[in-house]
Amino acid sequence: MAIMNIREAIVSTLHAEMERDSDIILLGEDVVGGNGTAGGPEAIGGIWGTSPGLWEKFGPERVIDTPISESAIIGAAAGAALAGKRPVAELMFADFVGVSLDQIWNQMAKFRYMFGGKTKCPAVVRLVYGAGMSTAAQHSQSVYAMLTAMPGLKVVLPTTPADAKGLLTEALRGDDPVMYFEHKTLYGVKGEVPDGDYRQRFGEARMVREGGDVTVVACGRMVNFSEKAADKLAADGIGMDLLDLRTTSPLDEDAILESVEQTGRLVVVDETPPRCSLAADICAMVAQRAFSSLKAPPQMVTAPHSPIPFARNLERAWVPSPQKVEEAVRRVLAFR
Amino acid sequence: MQFNRDELLGAYRRMKVIREFEERLHEEIKTGEIAGFTHLYAGQEAVAVGICDQLTVEDMIVSTHRGHGHCIAKGCDVKGMMKEIFGRAGGLCKGRGGSMHIADLDVGMLGANGIVGGGAPQAVGAAIAARIDGKGRVGIAFSGDGACNQGTTFEAMNLAVVTKVPAIFVFENNHYSEHTGDAYAVGTNKDIASRAEGFGMKAWRANGCDFFETYTAFAELLEYVRAGNGPAAIELDTERYYGHFEGDPQRYRGKGEIDRIRAERDCLKAFRAKVVGAALLTDDDLDKVDAEVIAQIEEAVVEARADELPDPATVADDVYVEYY
Ligand SMILES: Cc1ncc(C[n+]2csc(CCOP(=O)(O)OP(=O)(O)O)c2C)c(N)n1
Repeated sequence: MAIMNIREAIVSTLHAEMERDSDIILLGEDVVGGNGTAGGPEAIGGIWGTSPGLWEKFGPERVIDTPISESAIIGAAAGAALAGKRPVAELMFADFVGVSLDQIWNQMAKFRYMFGGKTKCPAVVRLVYGAGMSTAAQHSQSVYAMLTAMPGLKVVLPTTPADAKGLLTEALRGDDPVMYFEHKTLYGVKGEVPDGDYRQRFGEARMVREGGDVTVVACGRMVNFSEKAADKLAADGIGMDLLDLRTTSPLDEDAILESVEQTGRLVVVDETPPRCSLAADICAMVAQRAFSSLKAPPQMVTAPHSPIPFARNLERAWVPSPQKVEEAVRRVLAFR
Repeated sequence: MQFNRDELLGAYRRMKVIREFEERLHEEIKTGEIAGFTHLYAGQEAVAVGICDQLTVEDMIVSTHRGHGHCIAKGCDVKGMMKEIFGRAGGLCKGRGGSMHIADLDVGMLGANGIVGGGAPQAVGAAIAARIDGKGRVGIAFSGDGACNQGTTFEAMNLAVVTKVPAIFVFENNHYSEHTGDAYAVGTNKDIASRAEGFGMKAWRANGCDFFETYTAFAELLEYVRAGNGPAAIELDTERYYGHFEGDPQRYRGKGEIDRIRAERDCLKAFRAKVVGAALLTDDDLDKVDAEVIAQIEEAVVEARADELPDPATVADDVYVEYY
């Protein structure tokens, strides 16, 4: 196994899969970078450094810089997928889903169903999301909950380099539209990545640690925050079952229920405002299906019901923190 | 176009305030104290000032992610802007918006925008409101060469033509959208003005590094729009001195390109050469302005740094005006 960070895992997976399957194409703003300038193509290799060398290796027919036109980027991906290709479209900030929403929501998500199950739309949209860099209200949002609510889309959120590879490979070999979320603060996270062909099935949560006293469900950066909380709690003898969802659509309901049936206590950590959130969704699912196992009301650790502020200290107050996870765990344990 | 001494000094001062604001931020960012993305406007001052100098506070502009210059030219409080960029409680947006989201409706500045192409339709809306009010106001959208490829910009231009409202599209072509050149990304002969013409509006073109050319072209345009002829557009050829955002290593730029444009296309130098050459002002007059502006920006930075941080307990304030 190689040690790499999430960025490197994504780059190497794109290289390997594009080499394996000539139907895979990549398009997005500055995915090549430098086109039409004195510096020339590949002066950048992706604004987040996730596509260097691809243009050089696969050429301008398969690695396409686009103008700033998100509707066209996502719509072109949808059309190319219908026409037999496997496009990977990059939105350099997930917030720009706003500009391209119709093509995601009314088009690619619905083709299969509307056309009587006869079509497929194997498009992968890579979206860079999340707070933590003071990029303010229009460049920091975690829109995974919103897209999870849309039937027809698969939604994946890797938090380890191994999953970054496994989930991207699975996305590129599947036939559904996949929203592949990359947290902007996690690119540098290092870990072991299996060599060769490695796929991670969707809908299989990862048990990050087993503790037995409380079930904590999280995704994305919130998994890492929950681990920090788990370390603190472990010092007080409190054991946490921590589940990294990996994919929110499909959702591994069984893994959540199985753990809650053992612990009787649930905390869901979600980097979005609380209303109609992933946290609300999972709490409702557990209340409906495992009510008799519950020893305390489920707790949601979310952002407040507000857009994301700019100032560093305000943003820190906005994002769920390890401390808030710890407090929520102590709350469910204290409930009588 | 005739300018008296005060007008010339005023225009130069506003351009210099923008330049100094940006040059100073370029230095301050290196301290790590300023968070998030900062996109500097230095190099494009003649556009913001050449245009906003002809507007009143009643006229409304919408800006871009590169909005500091538009804000200053339109009359936003410079200290309030600096505090905002430093993420302080006294900032124009209470530290919530930051560099990309500065707004001040009292001076007709309806907002910078983190979404490329987000502003143009809003300028049409402002122009609809302006026409209904009947006071001769206009709604202006500043857009880059990159933003001209966004569907919202196309839709906004068409809507403005259809409704014949006093909307003005200002295209600042600095030849780069992030790291991609206009030679690659902009179709139609690389001329954005011709796109506007394609939508059925009258369009002007000018050298955006020359205050006087920009001013003169825009004066004609403004007269045309204020006279009730419907929307219009102007494309200004200009230059961006710094990276797309602060920290961008600019590997896509040509060798010596920035030195060359700074030497040959600097709008402040061009202004100075013209007015001193024509004996309208002296070097001393302008040096005096320079010194005053440098002191003004220094003061803004000192005050910003000393201002309080926003209270974290207020993080979810201002979501609604009223909530029941
Ligand atoms: C909808 C949207 N897409 C992409 C971006 C990322 N982005 C920010 S600025 C920019 C380039 C804008 O270029 P241009 O309009 O030419 O303005 P300039 O930066 O040259 O002032 C891009 C792609 C964004 N902020 N919003």
